[in-house]
Amino acid sequence: MQAEQLINLIATWAPEQLPGVSKQYPEVILPAEKLHMVAKNLKENPETMMDYLFCLTAVDRKDGFHVVYHLTSSTFNRPLILRVILADKVTPSISTVSDVWHAAEYFEREVFDLFGIRFENHPDLRRLFLEDDWVGYPLRKDYKDSFTLER
Amino acid sequence: MTETLLDIDLKEKEEYIINMGPQHPSTHGVLRFETCLLGETVKYIIPHCGYIHRGIEKMCEHLTYPQLLHLTDRMDYLSAHMNNEAVSLCVENAMGIEVSDRVKYIRTMFAELSRIASHQLWWAAFGMDLGALTTFFYGLRDREKILDIFEESTGTRLIQSFITPGGLMADVHPNFQKRIKEFIVYFRKKLPEYDQLLTGNVIFRERTKGIGVMSKEVAINYGVTGPSGRGSGFHCDIRKIAPYSAYPFVKFNEALATDGDVYARYIVRIKEMWESLDILEQLVDNLPAGATMLELKAIKAPKGEFYQRVETARGELGVYIVSDGGPSPARMKFRTPNFSNLFVINKIAAGHKIADLVAISGSLDLVIPDIDR
Repeated sequence: MQAEQLINLIATWAPEQLPGVSKQYPEVILPAEKLHMVAKNLKENPETMMDYLFCLTAVDRKDGFHVVYHLTSSTFNRPLILRVILADKVTPSISTVSDVWHAAEYFEREVFDLFGIRFENHPDLRRLFLEDDWVGYPLRKDYKDSFTLER
Repeated sequence: MTETLLDIDLKEKEEYIINMGPQHPSTHGVLRFETCLLGETVKYIIPHCGYIHRGIEKMCEHLTYPQLLHLTDRMDYLSAHMNNEAVSLCVENAMGIEVSDRVKYIRTMFAELSRIASHQLWWAAFGMDLGALTTFFYGLRDREKILDIFEESTGTRLIQSFITPGGLMADVHPNFQKRIKEFIVYFRKKLPEYDQLLTGNVIFRERTKGIGVMSKEVAINYGVTGPSGRGSGFHCDIRKIAPYSAYPFVKFNEALATDGDVYARYIVRIKEMWESLDILEQLVDNLPAGATMLELKAIKAPKGEFYQRVETARGELGVYIVSDGGPSPARMKFRTPNFSNLFVINKIAAGHKIADLVAISGSLDLVIPDIDR
């Protein structure tokens, strides 16, 4: 399936989708509430079969937290990027996709640990790298701590 | 009080938790497996990581691209060249520049030498994990030859930072090709010894066949890549599915096995060493002449987002750069292979005996700094 067809297919599931910024891979920006449905459809549709989530991360931008999903199909090998922009910077939250791709469970724990984004319905949302009593979320741009050098 | 058979039987039914690590010889790094046992059988494993979390991604936001390159060696230190290559390729793609064929060939040769060296060390330590100390001496003896080649050209043996955005730190030593040719001849003779020592060994086969079986679906769903994923039949070799550097110029086979057990992952790595020798042989005599460094005024990625996938010795490394156009990235993410490879352990080790847990975690070939970053 070509990139345009793929984006048209996603548009039938989520008409609110917007074109993304990546020039490398096809990309769509989705509203947070549609993400889980689109992810599940992409995995189960026999024409897409997006069964391999190879990267899930977040980026702190001016317009909110971007949660970025890089996925591909182990059969067709055509990567796709899904992006969700969470405008609420104080208590950002989004539904988990760990029931669709198991790999997401740990990527989401890492994002929760370092960005403080809550993943609803996640089976085990705990800090992954930092101690449980760590204050703040280090990869946020406004994070300050007493021993980091100011630049 | 003397212990009766009934008491022992009750104890077998009792769950208890032991911590394997943070310092355990078979984890090869600082990682803790919270292991719940029922008698001798593993019920579940919770991996605890973060003991050597250094915040590399945060540090990258304050460093320029040539500076942050040096941090990437320290993730998977056995695939240092490939980590450098991933960052370099990502920055080069972002800037829209292409390096000369000479640089591509040298990068690929270093990557394949690293892959062999990494698999040699894995093979050495894996045999030791299973109680065969001899393998350690054999593996390290041969790995030394590769480290000598690295030392001669790059000046260092383990973490080189030799591949930079725009090319290489320096040209290779005049002896580089001669040494590689000598090594290919030498190691072709030594590799069958590996089979004689371990592959054909009855005790080794008994301990690895049918242990820690991972199906193809599990491998894909958990994102297990590299030789561990290919042992389950998952076509995940980035060198094949998205070729970079000199891989489009060479012929090689993707090492695959279908059983998905510890033995299959072992066989894939042995096959990969043979394939790497073939790749080296195809490149070493055809090394083109040319500049090893592009003349660049400033190394800055333009505004935008860039992703680069590279195959390291342990699987798929992804470098994700979000740039605002400045000399350092706004966000840098490393999708490291060991991170995803680690968390499958609960799935494949539950139900096995605790002695097999060592074989299973050894077969995943984990490098812990790569998980924690």
